[in-house]
Amino acid sequence: MRVLAMTPKPVSFWNDPKRRGMAFQVMATFAIVTFLGLAVKNAVDNLTARGIASGFDFLGQRAGFAIVQHLIAYDENARYIDAFWVGLINTGVVSILSIMLASILGLVVGLGRLSRNWLIARLALAYVELLRNVPLLLLILIVYFMGLRPLPGPRQSLHLGDLIFLNNRGLFLPQPVFDAAAPVPIFLTLVCTVVIIALLRWTWLQRIDQGRAPAWIWWAFSGLAAAPLAGFALAGFPVHLDMPALTGFNFTGGVVVIPELVAMVLALGLFGGAFIAEIIRAGILSVAHGQLEAAAALGLHRNLQMRLVFLPQATRVIIPPLTSEYLNLIKNSSLAAAIAYPDLVQVFAGTVLNQTGQAVEIIAITMLVYLVISVGLAGLMSFINRVPKLRSA
Amino acid sequence: MDAPRPAPVLHTGFAGWVHQNLFAGPVDTLLTLSGMGLLWLLVPPIADYLFIDAFWTGSNATACSGRTAFCWPFLNVRLTQFIYGTYPLEERWRVNLAAVQGVLFALPLVYAGPKFRKPLMLALFIYWPISTALLLTGGLIGLTPVPTNLWGGFMVTLVVALFGIGVSLPLGIALALARLSDLPAIRWLSVGLIEIIRGVPLITILFMASLMLPIFLPNGMSVDGLLRVLVGFSLFAAAYMAEIIRGGLSALPPGQAEAAKALGLGYWHTMGLILLPQALRMVLPNIVNTFIALFKDTTLVMIVGIMDLLGVVQAANSDPNWAGPNTQPTGYVFLGMVFWLSCYLMSRLSARMERQFNQNQRTR
Repeated sequence: MRVLAMTPKPVSFWNDPKRRGMAFQVMATFAIVTFLGLAVKNAVDNLTARGIASGFDFLGQRAGFAIVQHLIAYDENARYIDAFWVGLINTGVVSILSIMLASILGLVVGLGRLSRNWLIARLALAYVELLRNVPLLLLILIVYFMGLRPLPGPRQSLHLGDLIFLNNRGLFLPQPVFDAAAPVPIFLTLVCTVVIIALLRWTWLQRIDQGRAPAWIWWAFSGLAAAPLAGFALAGFPVHLDMPALTGFNFTGGVVVIPELVAMVLALGLFGGAFIAEIIRAGILSVAHGQLEAAAALGLHRNLQMRLVFLPQATRVIIPPLTSEYLNLIKNSSLAAAIAYPDLVQVFAGTVLNQTGQAVEIIAITMLVYLVISVGLAGLMSFINRVPKLRSA
Repeated sequence: MDAPRPAPVLHTGFAGWVHQNLFAGPVDTLLTLSGMGLLWLLVPPIADYLFIDAFWTGSNATACSGRTAFCWPFLNVRLTQFIYGTYPLEERWRVNLAAVQGVLFALPLVYAGPKFRKPLMLALFIYWPISTALLLTGGLIGLTPVPTNLWGGFMVTLVVALFGIGVSLPLGIALALARLSDLPAIRWLSVGLIEIIRGVPLITILFMASLMLPIFLPNGMSVDGLLRVLVGFSLFAAAYMAEIIRGGLSALPPGQAEAAKALGLGYWHTMGLILLPQALRMVLPNIVNTFIALFKDTTLVMIVGIMDLLGVVQAANSDPNWAGPNTQPTGYVFLGMVFWLSCYLMSRLSARMERQFNQNQRTR
């Protein structure tokens, strides 16, 4: 009997996939490193030729320009690093506000798309199709130049009672002002909220365990709800609203929202809302109808059907695309530069770059900021998606 | 015996439809009425702006002033500029020729049988880009050179979009293959590039391309302003395309790759003949959707000073002959209509392809 040779035929040196892979990797890495090295060398040569000192020392120099909207202390004498923080905070403000608006609009329109009412479903469809197919930059320009710039002056403001005023100088809102005694009842409110949440959880577990919650729980809830109110009353209601009022040619008092921010939030919110509506709709449709019927057949109350059966399955489908849409909105807030809203790109990669000429450092910092936000938010959402209740079967 | 009675009025015909779809209950009625209210608030002002109040005649901004309305004469006078920008008048036939060639090669491709497909593809993907670049820039075979700072309008928008799409497909495939590769160095290089590009806004990439590219090049070597932006834009597009193609490749059943291996096919044959054709067909609707997004994103090149369609409209306001409150809004609304129509048609196309693909899957 012939014995089969068990050892495979030796592969020639050049055809060994392992060696080839290794060689290929070394070559690619070498090419990239050489390329980057050349680029850095050129950059250093070019910058020395232009007399620009590389490095991050410029951040400590005096900025010398004003920024319309700053939530932290800032004036012309501040440093470039302060301008960076102001821009970053402004990016945060516009992102958070537009994410909120887009989520609300998206939820309403997404549900509207599924409405049995023909007119509502058609209107929702029209909204989605109209806004999804227009460039965001154009939408921002249209909202700003056709919506907010032509508004009347302060004297002919559009207004909602004596509370909210809208004119070409911006949106004027009442501002809550906290007196010295305010922190105590506010703290009390926070404590009560935390206790209520914990108690709700406990009641829930009791229901599962015993079939019902103890009767005194309702007294506890009412007491916890009443305590903060009593606290505010005892402190003599230490909060009042600072109302915007027309004095001379402009408004004083209250909070002023600059028109650029209003335009950015409106445009980003409208645009993002169209995409979020489709995400919500897809999420709702992804849950098979039999799931709800089965839940009803098990005798679950309508609320529990939603909470235990429908929402966990729908959110599992909704959260990943919703996260990337939120990230898109944050990244798209950089289009603020087009209407001079002072966000990170406009202030830092715009004005500061033009004044200092430190293109490499500034673009690198700006990109790094967005990268950190993206990676951070994506990580957070993948963590949320790993919560066992939401995990796919 | 009773004759069959007709169905109740509220359940059949128009009345039945209205009853069931608009006024099925108190909440439904309220919704319908508020929807009608919304329409009443929106439609008449838009009709007023575009048609009823609009300005129809005249040749300068004074003809379009006094009220807020659409300025048709501005559109009429500026239409050629919206298309060609400041491309020299006597050379515009070159742009037209390039466009006609493109349409001539692309349209038959939709209907052509397999026999003509290959020469048409070669013409569209090899001959056409080269001839277009030659025609538009000039400088060879007796054509007067036209520097890119004279280019503008819809032509530039199309150049940016088509260049980005044309480069992003092969580059995206390469990046996707690299990301799925077994070789760690290759994989991590690709992951790094894709994630960095996808993690930052397009505008920072465009800034980088137009401000930093010159710094990274050897002294004295300069790259054309439009070309810099094209490089940045197509890198951005490629990163997104790579993720879509990777999604298609990972969605294929593993049996496909195993079967190819069992047949003795090597890596490139497995990819090129078995996996990529299936993956690409599967993600074709997503690719079209990315094209739509990229087409809309071309407007961003305006921010780094390229005179695309939006840039030309922005610049129109600096013309003293047309400086007026209605000029810029007219341009914006017109652009909105152009972009909306193009993107809407493309999205219909992608929806149709998706349906077709699903149908093919089912009948298999």
